[in-house]
Amino acid sequence: MTLIYQLINGLQIGSIYALVALGYSMVYGIVRLINFAHGEIIMVGAYCVWFCMSRLALPALPAVAITVIVCAVLGVSIERIAYKPLRKSARISLLITAIGVSFLLQNLAQLIFTANPRMFTNLFTGSIAIGTQEISAATVATIGVSVVLMIALSVLVNKTRIGKAMRAVSEDADAAQLMGINVNSVISFTFAIGSALAAIAAVLYCCSYSQISPTMGSMLGLKAFVAAVLGGIGSIPGAMTGGLCIGIAESLTKGYISSQLSDAVVFGILIVVLLIKPTGIFGRGDHQKV
Amino acid sequence: MMSPILDVSHLGIDFGGLQALDDFNIQVDAKEIVGLIGPNGAGKTTVFNLLTNVYKPSRGSISLTGQDTRGKSIHAVTQSGIARTFQNIRLFRDLSVIDNVKIALHNGMKYTMAEAILRLPRYWKQEKESTATALKLLDVFNMAHLANEPAGSLPYGSQRRLEIARALATNPRVLLLDEPAAGMNPSETQELMDTIHHIRDMFDIAIILIEHDMSLVMGICERILVLNYGLIIAQGTPEEVRNNPVVIEAYLGQQRGE
Repeated sequence: MTLIYQLINGLQIGSIYALVALGYSMVYGIVRLINFAHGEIIMVGAYCVWFCMSRLALPALPAVAITVIVCAVLGVSIERIAYKPLRKSARISLLITAIGVSFLLQNLAQLIFTANPRMFTNLFTGSIAIGTQEISAATVATIGVSVVLMIALSVLVNKTRIGKAMRAVSEDADAAQLMGINVNSVISFTFAIGSALAAIAAVLYCCSYSQISPTMGSMLGLKAFVAAVLGGIGSIPGAMTGGLCIGIAESLTKGYISSQLSDAVVFGILIVVLLIKPTGIFGRGDHQKV
Repeated sequence: MMSPILDVSHLGIDFGGLQALDDFNIQVDAKEIVGLIGPNGAGKTTVFNLLTNVYKPSRGSISLTGQDTRGKSIHAVTQSGIARTFQNIRLFRDLSVIDNVKIALHNGMKYTMAEAILRLPRYWKQEKESTATALKLLDVFNMAHLANEPAGSLPYGSQRRLEIARALATNPRVLLLDEPAAGMNPSETQELMDTIHHIRDMFDIAIILIEHDMSLVMGICERILVLNYGLIIAQGTPEEVRNNPVVIEAYLGQQRGE
C-alpha cells in the first residue's frame, strides 16, 4: 500500500516537474538555449498568485488567470529584451545572460517581498481515501490538471498551424522564414506557452508545499531541467516522461531510502544520463545545420 | 507596357573587402523562365539570397510586384510573392509531406488557439480547406499518395519535388529554383523540365533557376544570364549565350583551373 502511495506522490511532484520541464524543452528546441531563468518564472508565478489572493483578496480562478498572463508576458519580455539581441551571438553569451536574468529576478523578488517566506493557502481542501491511505485533493488536482494540459499541448503542437510552425522553426529556422513563417512570433509564442505552463506549475506546487520564497524556483527549476535532459531536451514527450520519472524516483527514495538522499538521486540520474545516453530517452542527435 | 514583376537594379553586396556581386540588373516579367548560370563561386546563390532578403544588399534596389523589399523581414518578403528552393534540400524532415506544404500555405489559418484545442467548427473548416489545397498541390507533383509520410523518408528525387511544391504553397509570383536538377538522372531531368513548364502555366509565375545541367538550362530558359566573379558577363537567348566567346572563355578558363 505504501508503494502505491509513494507512486502517487511521485506522480504529483513529477507532473509539476513535467510542466516546468516542458518550458525548458520547448525553448531549447526552438532557440537552442537552456533558459536558466525559467525556474524564476515559477517563483514569480507563486508570488503573483499569492499576492492576488491574500493581498487583493481575489477568488482563485481570476487569481490563477492573472498569474498565467503575468508569467506569459514576463517570459516573452525576457526573450525580447535579453535573448533576442543575442540570437546571432555565441551560445555561451546567451547562457550567461539567462543566468543573469535568473539572478536579477531572484534579487528583485527579495527586494520587493523580502526573504521571509510567505504562506499560501491551499486551493484544494479535503482528501480522498484510498484503502488506509489518504490522498490529498491537491495531489489529485495536480495530476489531473497536468494530464489535461499535456494533452492540450500535444494537440497544439501536432495539429495546429502554430504548433507545426514551432516544429518547423525548431528544425530549420532559416528555411521556415523563407516559407513565410514569422520566426519572431513563433519564438515569442513558445516562450509564452512555456511560461504559462510554469505559472500553472507554480500554483499547483504552492497548493502542496505552501511556502513561497525568492529562491524557491532554483531547485525546482534545476530538477525540472534534469527531467528535460533525462527525457531528451527539445522533445515534448521526453519532458513529460522525464518529469514523471524524476518525480517517482525522488518519491521512492524518500519513502524507502532516505529523504536526505532524494536530491542526490535526482542529480545522480543526470550524471548517469549524460554518461550513458546524453541525448536522453526521446532525444536524437542535433540536426546537421547547413 | 506592363511593369515587370521583379525589377532589380544595380544590386551589389560586399563581404568584407570582397565584392561578391556588383551592378546586377534584371527585369523579369510574368511567366518568364530565366536561367542564371556561371562557374562555381560566381555569385549565383548570392543573388537568390539577396532577392529573398537573407542578405541585405550593400547597393542597389529590388522591387517585387512594385514594392521595394528593402527593410522588410524575410518572411514578409516571402509573403509578398517570392519563394525559393535550396541547393541542399532543406525540408522539415520530421514533419509529414502534407504538413510541409500546409505550413507554407499563404494567408495563415484564422482560427484561434482555443478553437484549435477545443476543435471548434472554424478549426475543422479551415484545416479541411488547407488540406484540400495542399493535396491539390501535391497532386501536381504526383505525390498526393505520399501525403502522410515523413518528408525525411522520401527518396531524393521526391524530396526535390516536394521542395518545389512547398515553395509554391507560399503563393509566389516569382519562384527561385536553386539547382533543381542536381543529382537527377537524364530521364528525371526531362520530367523536371516538363514540371517546370507545367507549373509556370498553371500558376502564372515567373521562374528564375540556377542550374549546372546545360541541357536543362538551354532546353527550358527563354533568357539566360551568365555570372562570373559577381558580374553579369553575358545575357541573351540560349543560342546567343551558347555562342558568346566571353561565356566560352569563362567556362574554359574554369576548366583549365580544375
